[in-house]
Amino acid sequence: MRVMVFIKASEYSEAGGLPPTEMFEVMGKYNEQLVKAGVMLAADGLTPSSKGKRVKFSGDTPTVIDGPFAETKELIAGYWIWQVRDMDEAVQWLKRGPFGGSGVEIELRPIGDVNDFETFTPELRERRARLLEQMEKPGYKRG
Amino acid sequence: MAVNADSKQHDTERAIETVWRIESARIIAGLTRIVRDVGVAEELAQDALLAAVTQWSKSGIPQNSGAWLMATAKHRAIDYLRHRKLADTKHEILGRELAEREKETPDLAAAMDDDIGDDLLRLVFIACHPVLATEARVALTLRLLGGLTTSEIARAFLAAEPTIAQRIVRAKRTLSEAGVPFEVPRGDDFTARLASVLQVIYLIFNEGYAATSGDDWMRSSLCDEAMRLGRILVGLVPDEAEAHGLLALMEIHASRAKARVGPSGEPILLLDQDRSRWDHLLIHRGLAALAQSEHLSEKRGPYTLQAAIAACHARTAVAAETNWAQIAALYDELLATAPSPVVELNRAVAVGMARGPAAGLQLVDALYGNAALKNYHLLPAVRGDFLQKLGRPSEAREEFARAAAMAQNSRERDLLLDRARACTGTG
Repeated sequence: MRVMVFIKASEYSEAGGLPPTEMFEVMGKYNEQLVKAGVMLAADGLTPSSKGKRVKFSGDTPTVIDGPFAETKELIAGYWIWQVRDMDEAVQWLKRGPFGGSGVEIELRPIGDVNDFETFTPELRERRARLLEQMEKPGYKRG
Repeated sequence: MAVNADSKQHDTERAIETVWRIESARIIAGLTRIVRDVGVAEELAQDALLAAVTQWSKSGIPQNSGAWLMATAKHRAIDYLRHRKLADTKHEILGRELAEREKETPDLAAAMDDDIGDDLLRLVFIACHPVLATEARVALTLRLLGGLTTSEIARAFLAAEPTIAQRIVRAKRTLSEAGVPFEVPRGDDFTARLASVLQVIYLIFNEGYAATSGDDWMRSSLCDEAMRLGRILVGLVPDEAEAHGLLALMEIHASRAKARVGPSGEPILLLDQDRSRWDHLLIHRGLAALAQSEHLSEKRGPYTLQAAIAACHARTAVAAETNWAQIAALYDELLATAPSPVVELNRAVAVGMARGPAAGLQLVDALYGNAALKNYHLLPAVRGDFLQKLGRPSEAREEFARAAAMAQNSRERDLLLDRARACTGTG
Protein backbone atom coordinates (compact mmCIF):
# COMPACT_ATOMS: atom_id res chain seq x y z
CA MET A 1 0.00 0.00 0.00
CA ARG A 2 0.98 3.58 -0.48
CA VAL A 3 1.00 6.02 2.41
CA MET A 4 1.38 9.77 2.44
CA VAL A 5 3.32 11.08 5.40
CA PHE A 6 2.57 14.68 6.25
CA ILE A 7 5.13 16.66 8.16
CA LYS A 8 3.41 19.47 9.97
CA ALA A 9 4.84 22.93 10.02
CA SER A 10 6.64 24.33 13.03
CA GLU A 11 7.45 27.89 14.03
CA TYR A 12 10.88 27.16 12.68
CA SER A 13 9.75 25.98 9.26
CA GLU A 14 7.27 28.83 9.08
CA ALA A 15 10.03 31.34 9.81
CA GLY A 16 11.65 30.09 6.61
CA GLY A 17 14.79 29.12 8.44
CA LEU A 18 16.59 26.15 7.04
CA PRO A 19 17.07 23.44 9.61
CA PRO A 20 20.45 23.51 11.37
CA THR A 21 23.20 21.58 9.57
CA GLU A 22 23.12 18.64 11.95
CA MET A 23 19.36 18.29 11.46
CA PHE A 24 19.92 18.29 7.70
CA GLU A 25 22.45 15.54 8.13
CA VAL A 26 20.31 13.28 10.29
CA MET A 27 17.31 13.80 8.03
CA GLY A 28 19.48 13.07 5.02
CA LYS A 29 20.61 9.84 6.63
CA TYR A 30 17.05 8.90 7.46
CA ASN A 31 15.89 9.60 3.91
CA GLU A 32 18.76 7.50 2.63
CA GLN A 33 17.63 4.61 4.83
CA LEU A 34 14.11 4.91 3.43
CA VAL A 35 15.35 4.94 -0.15
CA LYS A 36 17.73 2.03 0.38
CA ALA A 37 14.97 -0.05 1.97
CA GLY A 38 12.83 0.55 -1.11
CA VAL A 39 10.22 2.38 0.95
CA MET A 40 10.48 5.93 -0.36
CA LEU A 41 8.66 6.67 -3.61
CA ALA A 42 8.56 10.45 -3.51
CA ALA A 43 9.26 13.37 -1.22
CA ASP A 44 9.03 17.14 -1.25
CA GLY A 45 9.38 20.01 1.15
CA LEU A 46 7.13 23.08 1.08
CA THR A 47 8.15 26.71 1.48
CA PRO A 48 6.71 28.66 4.43
CA SER A 49 3.05 29.66 4.23
CA SER A 50 4.16 33.30 3.85
CA LYS A 51 4.82 32.39 0.21
CA GLY A 52 1.48 30.64 -0.13
CA LYS A 53 -2.00 31.78 -0.99
CA ARG A 54 -5.47 30.62 -0.17
CA VAL A 55 -8.49 31.00 -2.35
CA LYS A 56 -11.82 31.05 -0.60
CA PHE A 57 -15.07 30.34 -2.43
CA SER A 58 -17.79 31.72 -0.26
CA GLY A 59 -19.50 34.60 -2.14
CA ASP A 60 -19.93 35.17 -5.85
CA THR A 61 -16.30 35.86 -6.51
CA PRO A 62 -13.45 33.89 -5.01
CA THR A 63 -11.33 35.75 -2.46
CA VAL A 64 -7.58 35.36 -2.54
CA ILE A 65 -5.87 35.44 0.83
CA ASP A 66 -2.12 35.88 1.00
CA GLY A 67 -0.04 33.93 3.50
CA PRO A 68 1.31 33.59 6.10
CA PHE A 69 -1.43 31.68 7.86
CA ALA A 70 -1.73 31.66 11.59
CA GLU A 71 -2.57 28.13 12.64
CA THR A 72 1.00 26.77 12.30
CA LYS A 73 0.19 23.34 13.67
CA GLU A 74 -2.34 22.68 10.94
CA LEU A 75 -0.02 23.67 8.12
CA ILE A 76 1.99 21.19 6.16
CA ALA A 77 5.72 21.63 5.72
CA GLY A 78 6.43 18.64 3.55
CA TYR A 79 5.44 15.15 2.57
CA TRP A 80 6.72 11.73 1.72
CA ILE A 81 5.07 8.98 -0.24
CA TRP A 82 6.00 5.54 1.01
CA GLN A 83 5.40 2.05 -0.29
CA VAL A 84 4.82 -0.25 2.68
CA ARG A 85 3.11 -3.56 3.32
CA ASP A 86 0.72 -2.16 5.89
CA MET A 87 0.17 0.76 8.26
CA ASP A 88 2.17 -1.02 10.99
CA GLU A 89 5.22 -0.91 8.79
CA ALA A 90 4.70 2.78 8.07
CA VAL A 91 4.42 3.52 11.80
CA GLN A 92 7.52 1.46 12.49
CA TRP A 93 9.49 3.40 9.88
CA LEU A 94 8.28 6.70 11.25
CA LYS A 95 9.38 5.71 14.75
CA ARG A 96 12.87 5.32 13.34
CA GLY A 97 12.90 8.92 12.18
CA PRO A 98 14.98 11.59 13.90
CA PHE A 99 12.02 13.28 15.51
CA GLY A 100 12.42 12.26 19.15
CA GLY A 101 11.59 15.04 21.60
CA SER A 102 10.94 17.58 18.86
CA GLY A 103 7.26 17.90 19.69
CA VAL A 104 6.48 17.54 15.99
CA GLU A 105 3.35 15.64 15.00
CA ILE A 106 3.37 13.60 11.83
CA GLU A 107 0.31 12.27 10.11
CA LEU A 108 0.13 9.05 8.10
CA ARG A 109 -2.67 8.58 5.58
CA PRO A 110 -3.16 5.69 3.17
CA ILE A 111 -3.47 7.04 -0.37
CA GLY A 112 -6.82 6.45 -2.03
CA ASP A 113 -7.12 5.60 -5.63
CA VAL A 114 -8.85 7.75 -8.21
CA ASN A 115 -9.49 4.53 -10.10
CA ASP A 116 -11.94 3.57 -7.39
CA PHE A 117 -14.32 6.28 -8.59
CA GLU A 118 -16.41 4.59 -11.21
CA THR A 119 -18.38 7.75 -11.98
CA PHE A 120 -15.73 8.78 -14.51
CA THR A 121 -17.15 8.72 -18.02
CA PRO A 122 -15.00 7.40 -20.90
CA GLU A 123 -14.53 11.00 -22.11
CA LEU A 124 -13.36 12.10 -18.68
CA ARG A 125 -11.01 9.16 -18.54
CA GLU A 126 -9.48 10.01 -21.87
CA ARG A 127 -9.04 13.62 -20.83
CA ARG A 128 -7.39 12.52 -17.62
CA ALA A 129 -5.09 10.16 -19.54
CA ARG A 130 -4.07 12.99 -21.91
CA LEU A 131 -3.45 15.29 -18.99
CA LEU A 132 -1.30 12.71 -17.26
CA GLU A 133 0.58 12.11 -20.51
CA GLN A 134 1.33 15.82 -20.65
CA MET A 135 2.71 15.59 -17.14
CA GLU A 136 5.21 12.92 -18.18
CA LYS A 137 6.60 15.04 -21.01
CA PRO A 138 10.12 16.32 -20.43
CA GLY A 139 10.21 19.96 -19.46
CA TYR A 140 7.07 19.75 -17.42
CA LYS A 141 8.87 18.48 -14.37
CA ARG A 142 10.46 20.88 -11.98
CA GLY A 143 14.21 21.47 -11.92
CA MET B 1 -9.70 -7.24 31.09
CA ALA B 2 -8.41 -10.49 29.66
CA VAL B 3 -9.51 -9.32 26.23
CA ASN B 4 -7.48 -6.16 26.65
CA ALA B 5 -4.41 -8.06 27.71
CA ASP B 6 -4.85 -10.38 24.74
CA SER B 7 -5.22 -7.57 22.29
CA LYS B 8 -2.21 -5.81 23.78
CA GLN B 9 -0.23 -9.02 23.40
CA HIS B 10 -1.50 -9.26 19.84
CA ASP B 11 -0.43 -5.67 19.08
CA THR B 12 3.02 -6.38 20.47
CA GLU B 13 3.35 -9.49 18.33
CA ARG B 14 2.29 -7.60 15.23
CA ALA B 15 4.74 -4.83 15.98
CA ILE B 16 7.53 -7.35 16.50
CA GLU B 17 6.66 -8.99 13.19
CA THR B 18 6.94 -5.61 11.52
CA VAL B 19 10.32 -4.90 13.10
CA TRP B 20 11.45 -8.31 11.90
CA ARG B 21 10.33 -7.66 8.34
CA ILE B 22 12.24 -4.41 8.29
CA GLU B 23 15.39 -5.69 10.00
CA SER B 24 15.78 -9.38 9.20
CA ALA B 25 17.76 -9.03 5.97
CA ARG B 26 20.27 -6.68 7.56
CA ILE B 27 20.62 -8.88 10.62
CA ILE B 28 21.03 -12.10 8.65
CA ALA B 29 23.52 -10.38 6.35
CA GLY B 30 25.57 -9.10 9.29
CA LEU B 31 25.50 -12.47 11.01
CA THR B 32 26.46 -14.36 7.87
CA ARG B 33 29.62 -12.29 7.73
CA ILE B 34 30.46 -13.40 11.28
CA VAL B 35 29.53 -17.08 11.09
CA ARG B 36 30.04 -17.59 7.32
CA ASP B 37 26.97 -19.79 6.98
CA VAL B 38 23.68 -18.34 5.90
CA GLY B 39 21.64 -21.15 7.48
CA VAL B 40 23.30 -20.71 10.88
CA ALA B 41 22.96 -16.94 10.55
CA GLU B 42 19.25 -17.24 9.97
CA GLU B 43 18.83 -19.55 12.95
CA LEU B 44 20.73 -17.16 15.19
CA ALA B 45 18.65 -14.27 13.93
CA GLN B 46 15.50 -16.26 14.71
CA ASP B 47 16.85 -16.90 18.22
CA ALA B 48 17.31 -13.19 18.67
CA LEU B 49 13.76 -12.65 17.49
CA LEU B 50 12.45 -15.14 20.06
CA ALA B 51 14.42 -13.35 22.76
CA ALA B 52 12.82 -10.11 21.60
CA VAL B 53 9.33 -11.59 21.79
CA THR B 54 9.92 -12.72 25.37
CA GLN B 55 11.53 -9.49 26.47
CA TRP B 56 9.29 -7.04 24.64
CA SER B 57 6.05 -8.77 25.65
CA LYS B 58 6.95 -7.78 29.21
CA SER B 59 8.72 -4.48 28.80
CA GLY B 60 7.21 -3.14 25.59
CA ILE B 61 9.06 -2.49 22.34
CA PRO B 62 12.14 -0.35 22.81
CA GLN B 63 12.66 2.80 20.79
CA ASN B 64 15.73 1.37 19.07
CA SER B 65 14.20 -2.03 18.41
CA GLY B 66 16.33 -2.64 15.32
CA ALA B 67 19.59 -1.98 17.14
CA TRP B 68 18.41 -4.17 20.03
CA LEU B 69 17.77 -7.08 17.69
CA MET B 70 21.07 -6.55 15.92
CA ALA B 71 23.04 -6.44 19.18
CA THR B 72 21.28 -9.52 20.60
CA ALA B 73 21.84 -11.42 17.37
CA LYS B 74 25.49 -10.45 17.33
CA HIS B 75 25.98 -11.74 20.89
CA ARG B 76 24.42 -15.03 19.89
CA ALA B 77 26.80 -15.23 16.95
CA ILE B 78 29.83 -14.64 19.12
CA ASP B 79 28.61 -17.25 21.62
CA TYR B 80 28.06 -19.66 18.77
CA LEU B 81 31.59 -19.21 17.48
CA ARG B 82 33.12 -19.53 20.96
CA HIS B 83 31.34 -22.82 21.47
CA ARG B 84 32.21 -24.12 18.05
CA LYS B 85 35.80 -23.08 18.38
CA LEU B 86 36.33 -26.05 20.66
CA ALA B 87 34.49 -28.38 18.32
CA ASP B 88 36.32 -28.02 15.03
CA THR B 89 39.10 -26.22 13.29
CA LYS B 90 37.05 -24.40 10.69
CA HIS B 91 35.31 -22.56 13.44
CA GLU B 92 38.50 -22.18 15.36
CA ILE B 93 39.86 -20.18 12.46
CA LEU B 94 36.74 -18.08 12.31
CA GLY B 95 36.89 -17.60 16.07
CA ARG B 96 40.48 -16.44 15.85
CA GLU B 97 39.66 -14.05 13.01
CA LEU B 98 36.79 -12.74 15.04
CA ALA B 99 38.95 -12.23 18.12
CA GLU B 100 41.41 -10.28 15.97
CA ARG B 101 38.68 -8.22 14.48
CA GLU B 102 37.37 -7.49 17.93
CA LYS B 103 40.81 -6.20 18.85
CA GLU B 104 40.84 -3.89 15.85
CA THR B 105 37.29 -2.72 16.23
CA PRO B 106 36.21 -2.97 19.84
CA ASP B 107 32.59 -2.32 18.95
CA LEU B 108 31.72 -5.12 16.60
CA ALA B 109 28.09 -4.11 16.45
CA ALA B 110 29.00 -0.65 15.18
CA ALA B 111 31.36 -2.16 12.63
CA MET B 112 28.56 -4.44 11.51
CA ASP B 113 26.34 -1.44 10.93
CA ASP B 114 28.94 0.38 8.86
CA ASP B 115 29.38 -2.42 6.38
CA ILE B 116 25.78 -3.41 6.21
CA GLY B 117 25.36 -2.32 2.59
CA ASP B 118 28.18 -4.65 1.51
CA ASP B 119 26.82 -7.47 3.63
CA LEU B 120 23.37 -7.05 2.16
CA LEU B 121 24.79 -7.21 -1.35
CA ARG B 122 26.75 -10.36 -0.44
CA LEU B 123 23.51 -11.84 0.89
CA VAL B 124 21.74 -11.02 -2.39
CA PHE B 125 24.49 -12.77 -4.33
CA ILE B 126 24.52 -15.82 -2.07
CA ALA B 127 20.73 -16.22 -2.25
CA CYS B 128 20.88 -16.12 -6.07
CA HIS B 129 23.97 -18.32 -6.36
CA PRO B 130 24.12 -20.55 -9.47
CA VAL B 131 24.80 -23.62 -7.32
CA LEU B 132 21.08 -23.42 -6.45
CA ALA B 133 18.17 -24.32 -8.71
CA THR B 134 16.23 -21.28 -9.89
CA GLU B 135 13.19 -22.01 -7.75
CA ALA B 136 15.45 -22.36 -4.70
CA ARG B 137 17.01 -18.98 -5.48
CA VAL B 138 13.57 -17.43 -5.64
CA ALA B 139 12.42 -18.93 -2.33
CA LEU B 140 15.65 -18.07 -0.54
CA THR B 141 15.64 -14.50 -1.82
CA LEU B 142 12.09 -13.93 -0.63
CA ARG B 143 12.89 -15.52 2.71
CA LEU B 144 16.25 -13.89 3.43
CA LEU B 145 15.85 -10.53 1.71
CA GLY B 146 12.11 -10.03 1.60
CA GLY B 147 11.59 -11.26 5.17
CA LEU B 148 8.65 -13.39 4.02
CA THR B 149 7.66 -16.42 6.05
CA THR B 150 7.64 -19.90 4.56
CA SER B 151 3.87 -19.89 4.66
CA GLU B 152 3.67 -16.56 2.82
CA ILE B 153 6.01 -17.82 0.11
CA ALA B 154 3.96 -21.03 -0.22
CA ARG B 155 0.74 -19.04 -0.55
CA ALA B 156 2.28 -16.75 -3.12
CA PHE B 157 3.50 -19.61 -5.29
CA LEU B 158 0.44 -21.81 -4.82
CA ALA B 159 2.68 -24.45 -3.28
CA ALA B 160 2.39 -26.55 -0.14
CA GLU B 161 4.16 -25.10 2.88
CA PRO B 162 6.30 -28.21 3.54
CA THR B 163 7.48 -28.08 -0.08
CA ILE B 164 8.76 -24.54 0.31
CA ALA B 165 10.20 -25.29 3.77
CA GLN B 166 12.08 -28.25 2.28
CA ARG B 167 13.28 -26.17 -0.63
CA ILE B 168 14.70 -23.52 1.70
CA VAL B 169 16.34 -26.02 4.05
CA ARG B 170 17.92 -27.82 1.11
CA ALA B 171 19.11 -24.56 -0.45
CA LYS B 172 20.84 -23.52 2.76
CA ARG B 173 22.44 -26.95 3.06
CA THR B 174 23.64 -26.81 -0.55
CA LEU B 175 25.26 -23.41 0.03
CA SER B 176 26.92 -24.68 3.17
CA GLU B 177 28.17 -27.90 1.60
CA ALA B 178 29.45 -26.13 -1.48
CA GLY B 179 31.30 -23.73 0.80
CA VAL B 180 29.99 -20.78 -1.19
CA PRO B 181 31.96 -17.77 0.05
CA PHE B 182 30.15 -14.76 1.43
CA GLU B 183 31.47 -12.22 -1.02
CA VAL B 184 30.65 -9.95 -3.91
CA PRO B 185 32.03 -11.59 -7.08
CA ARG B 186 34.44 -9.62 -9.26
CA GLY B 187 34.98 -9.04 -12.97
CA ASP B 188 33.15 -11.23 -15.47
CA ASP B 189 31.86 -13.32 -12.63
CA PHE B 190 30.12 -10.24 -11.26
CA THR B 191 28.23 -9.66 -14.52
CA ALA B 192 27.06 -13.26 -14.70
CA ARG B 193 26.01 -13.35 -11.06
CA LEU B 194 24.23 -10.01 -11.30
CA ALA B 195 22.29 -11.43 -14.25
CA SER B 196 21.10 -14.23 -11.98
CA VAL B 197 20.00 -11.72 -9.32
CA LEU B 198 18.07 -9.70 -11.90
CA GLN B 199 16.48 -12.85 -13.27
CA VAL B 200 15.33 -13.95 -9.80
CA ILE B 201 13.77 -10.56 -9.09
CA TYR B 202 12.04 -10.52 -12.48
CA LEU B 203 10.71 -14.05 -11.92
CA ILE B 204 9.20 -12.95 -8.62
CA PHE B 205 7.64 -9.96 -10.34
CA ASN B 206 6.18 -12.04 -13.16
CA GLU B 207 4.74 -14.57 -10.75
CA GLY B 208 2.86 -11.73 -9.07
CA TYR B 209 1.90 -10.21 -12.42
CA ALA B 210 0.38 -13.51 -13.52
CA ALA B 211 -1.94 -13.54 -10.51
CA THR B 212 -5.61 -13.14 -11.28
CA SER B 213 -8.24 -11.36 -9.22
CA GLY B 214 -9.55 -14.53 -7.59
CA ASP B 215 -6.10 -15.36 -6.22
CA ASP B 216 -4.83 -14.83 -2.73
CA TRP B 217 -3.62 -11.23 -2.43
CA MET B 218 -0.27 -12.66 -1.37
CA ARG B 219 0.30 -13.61 -5.01
CA SER B 220 -0.14 -10.17 -6.45
CA SER B 221 1.88 -8.67 -3.59
CA LEU B 222 4.87 -10.44 -5.15
CA CYS B 223 4.99 -7.51 -7.60
CA ASP B 224 5.48 -5.12 -4.70
CA GLU B 225 8.08 -7.44 -3.19
CA ALA B 226 9.98 -7.62 -6.46
CA MET B 227 9.90 -3.85 -6.91
CA ARG B 228 11.10 -3.40 -3.35
CA LEU B 229 13.98 -5.80 -4.04
CA GLY B 230 14.69 -3.94 -7.27
CA ARG B 231 14.86 -0.62 -5.41
CA ILE B 232 17.13 -2.10 -2.75
CA LEU B 233 19.37 -3.55 -5.45
CA VAL B 234 19.63 -0.24 -7.26
CA GLY B 235 20.80 1.29 -3.98
CA LEU B 236 23.43 -1.44 -3.60
CA VAL B 237 24.77 -1.35 -7.19
CA PRO B 238 23.90 2.18 -8.31
CA ASP B 239 26.25 2.04 -11.32
CA GLU B 240 24.67 -1.02 -12.92
CA ALA B 241 22.51 0.12 -15.84
CA GLU B 242 20.54 -3.12 -16.08
CA ALA B 243 19.52 -2.96 -12.40
CA HIS B 244 17.91 0.41 -13.18
CA GLY B 245 16.53 -1.06 -16.41
CA LEU B 246 14.85 -3.91 -14.56
CA LEU B 247 13.39 -1.54 -11.98
CA ALA B 248 12.07 0.66 -14.80
CA LEU B 249 10.55 -2.33 -16.56
CA MET B 250 8.80 -3.54 -13.39
CA GLU B 251 7.52 -0.10 -12.41
CA ILE B 252 6.12 0.65 -15.86
CA HIS B 253 4.46 -2.76 -16.10
CA ALA B 254 3.06 -2.48 -12.58
CA SER B 255 1.64 0.93 -13.49
CA ARG B 256 -0.94 -0.90 -15.64
CA ALA B 257 -2.05 -3.29 -12.90
CA LYS B 258 -5.45 -1.68 -12.33
CA ALA B 259 -6.22 -1.32 -16.02
CA ARG B 260 -5.34 -4.80 -17.20
CA VAL B 261 -8.23 -6.62 -15.57
CA GLY B 262 -11.92 -5.97 -16.20
CA PRO B 263 -14.69 -5.90 -13.58
CA SER B 264 -15.29 -9.65 -13.81
CA GLY B 265 -11.60 -10.54 -13.84
CA GLU B 266 -11.21 -10.79 -17.61
CA PRO B 267 -7.85 -9.69 -19.03
CA ILE B 268 -7.80 -6.40 -20.94
CA LEU B 269 -5.16 -6.14 -23.65
CA LEU B 270 -2.75 -3.23 -23.60
CA LEU B 271 -4.35 -1.42 -26.53
CA ASP B 272 -7.83 -1.71 -25.03
CA GLN B 273 -6.89 -0.53 -21.56
CA ASP B 274 -8.37 2.57 -20.01
CA ARG B 275 -5.13 4.52 -19.73
CA SER B 276 -6.49 6.94 -17.17
CA ARG B 277 -6.31 4.02 -14.76
CA TRP B 278 -2.56 3.69 -15.16
CA ASP B 279 -0.55 4.57 -12.09
CA HIS B 280 1.34 7.71 -12.93
CA LEU B 281 3.60 7.78 -9.91
CA LEU B 282 4.97 4.41 -11.04
CA ILE B 283 5.26 5.59 -14.66
CA HIS B 284 7.09 8.68 -13.49
CA ARG B 285 9.49 6.57 -11.42
CA GLY B 286 9.89 4.00 -14.20
CA LEU B 287 10.78 6.67 -16.77
CA ALA B 288 13.30 8.16 -14.32
CA ALA B 289 14.89 4.73 -13.75
CA LEU B 290 15.02 4.17 -17.53
CA ALA B 291 16.72 7.53 -18.03
CA GLN B 292 19.23 6.61 -15.34
CA SER B 293 20.00 3.31 -17.05
CA GLU B 294 20.48 5.00 -20.43
CA HIS B 295 22.68 7.60 -18.77
CA LEU B 296 24.90 4.91 -17.24
CA SER B 297 25.43 2.82 -20.35
CA GLU B 298 25.26 3.59 -24.05
CA LYS B 299 24.61 -0.02 -24.93
CA ARG B 300 21.15 -0.92 -23.71
CA GLY B 301 20.75 -4.35 -22.14
CA PRO B 302 17.64 -6.54 -22.48
CA TYR B 303 15.86 -5.18 -19.38
CA THR B 304 16.53 -1.60 -20.37
CA LEU B 305 15.29 -2.25 -23.91
CA GLN B 306 12.11 -3.90 -22.68
CA ALA B 307 11.64 -0.95 -20.33
CA ALA B 308 12.15 1.42 -23.27
CA ILE B 309 9.42 -0.42 -25.19
CA ALA B 310 7.08 -0.29 -22.18
CA ALA B 311 7.93 3.41 -21.86
CA CYS B 312 6.74 4.09 -25.42
CA HIS B 313 3.30 2.87 -24.38
CA ALA B 314 3.47 4.62 -21.01
CA ARG B 315 4.11 7.98 -22.69
CA THR B 316 1.13 7.61 -25.03
CA ALA B 317 -2.29 8.62 -23.67
CA VAL B 318 -4.33 7.21 -26.54
CA ALA B 319 -3.54 3.77 -27.94
CA ALA B 320 -4.16 4.88 -31.53
CA GLU B 321 -1.28 7.36 -31.26
CA THR B 322 1.31 4.71 -30.37
CA ASN B 323 4.62 5.18 -32.14
CA TRP B 324 4.87 1.65 -33.58
CA ALA B 325 7.83 2.42 -35.81
CA GLN B 326 9.86 3.34 -32.75
CA ILE B 327 8.72 0.22 -30.93
CA ALA B 328 9.62 -1.97 -33.93
CA ALA B 329 13.09 -0.39 -33.96
CA LEU B 330 13.49 -1.14 -30.23
CA TYR B 331 12.52 -4.76 -30.88
CA ASP B 332 15.20 -4.89 -33.58
CA GLU B 333 17.73 -3.73 -31.00
CA LEU B 334 16.40 -6.23 -28.46
CA LEU B 335 16.67 -9.07 -30.98
CA ALA B 336 20.28 -8.16 -31.65
CA THR B 337 21.03 -8.20 -27.90
CA ALA B 338 18.90 -11.08 -26.69
CA PRO B 339 17.46 -13.09 -29.58
CA SER B 340 14.34 -15.11 -28.81
CA PRO B 341 11.37 -16.36 -30.84
CA VAL B 342 8.93 -14.59 -28.49
CA VAL B 343 10.72 -11.30 -29.09
CA GLU B 344 10.52 -11.98 -32.85
CA LEU B 345 6.78 -12.48 -32.53
CA ASN B 346 6.43 -9.24 -30.58
CA ARG B 347 8.47 -7.49 -33.24
CA ALA B 348 6.12 -8.86 -35.88
CA VAL B 349 3.20 -7.31 -34.00
CA ALA B 350 4.95 -3.93 -33.87
CA VAL B 351 5.88 -4.12 -37.56
CA GLY B 352 2.29 -5.09 -38.42
CA MET B 353 1.07 -2.01 -36.59
CA ALA B 354 3.72 0.27 -38.12
CA ARG B 355 3.70 -0.92 -41.73
CA GLY B 356 0.42 -2.74 -42.03
CA PRO B 357 -0.89 -6.28 -41.53
CA ALA B 358 0.67 -7.70 -44.71
CA ALA B 359 4.20 -6.88 -43.50
CA GLY B 360 3.34 -8.34 -40.08
CA LEU B 361 1.89 -11.51 -41.58
CA GLN B 362 5.04 -12.09 -43.59
CA LEU B 363 7.15 -12.04 -40.40
CA VAL B 364 4.71 -14.27 -38.52
CA ASP B 365 4.64 -16.82 -41.34
CA ALA B 366 8.42 -17.00 -41.15
CA LEU B 367 8.06 -18.02 -37.50
CA TYR B 368 5.86 -21.01 -38.27
CA GLY B 369 7.86 -24.16 -37.86
CA ASN B 370 9.94 -22.61 -35.06
CA ALA B 371 10.00 -25.40 -32.47
CA ALA B 372 10.07 -23.03 -29.50
CA LEU B 373 6.74 -21.51 -30.56
CA LYS B 374 5.06 -24.81 -31.45
CA ASN B 375 2.68 -24.72 -28.50
CA TYR B 376 2.64 -20.96 -28.04
CA HIS B 377 -0.97 -19.82 -28.39
CA LEU B 378 -0.05 -16.22 -29.19
CA LEU B 379 1.50 -17.23 -32.52
CA PRO B 380 -1.84 -18.27 -34.11
CA ALA B 381 -3.57 -15.45 -32.18
CA VAL B 382 -1.31 -12.83 -33.77
CA ARG B 383 -1.61 -14.47 -37.19
CA GLY B 384 -5.38 -14.50 -36.82
CA ASP B 385 -5.35 -10.82 -36.01
CA PHE B 386 -3.37 -9.99 -39.18
CA LEU B 387 -5.62 -12.20 -41.33
CA GLN B 388 -8.71 -10.55 -39.94
CA LYS B 389 -7.31 -7.10 -40.74
CA LEU B 390 -6.46 -8.30 -44.24
CA GLY B 391 -10.10 -9.30 -44.79
CA ARG B 392 -9.55 -13.06 -44.67
CA PRO B 393 -12.11 -13.96 -41.96
CA SER B 394 -12.38 -17.71 -42.46
CA GLU B 395 -8.61 -18.19 -42.15
CA ALA B 396 -8.60 -15.80 -39.20
CA ARG B 397 -11.36 -17.80 -37.49
CA GLU B 398 -9.33 -20.96 -37.87
CA GLU B 399 -6.26 -19.35 -36.31
CA PHE B 400 -8.23 -17.96 -33.34
CA ALA B 401 -9.79 -21.36 -32.73
CA ARG B 402 -6.36 -22.96 -32.86
CA ALA B 403 -5.02 -20.37 -30.43
CA ALA B 404 -7.96 -20.96 -28.09
CA ALA B 405 -7.27 -24.68 -28.03
CA MET B 406 -3.66 -23.99 -27.06
CA ALA B 407 -4.34 -21.35 -24.37
CA GLN B 408 -3.65 -22.47 -20.80
CA ASN B 409 -5.64 -19.77 -19.08
CA SER B 410 -9.44 -20.09 -19.30
CA ARG B 411 -9.98 -16.32 -19.44
CA GLU B 412 -7.65 -16.04 -22.38
CA ARG B 413 -9.32 -19.00 -24.05
CA ASP B 414 -12.72 -17.28 -23.76
CA LEU B 415 -11.28 -14.11 -25.25
CA LEU B 416 -9.88 -16.04 -28.24
CA LEU B 417 -13.11 -17.96 -28.79
CA ASP B 418 -14.97 -14.64 -28.81
CA ARG B 419 -12.61 -13.39 -31.48
CA ALA B 420 -13.10 -16.58 -33.53
CA ARG B 421 -16.88 -16.11 -33.35
CA ALA B 422 -16.56 -12.46 -34.37
CA CYS B 423 -14.92 -13.45 -37.66
CA THR B 424 -17.87 -13.57 -39.98
CA GLY B 425 -18.08 -13.86 -43.73
CA THR B 426 -15.93 -15.80 -46.13
CA GLY B 427 -12.67 -15.04 -47.81
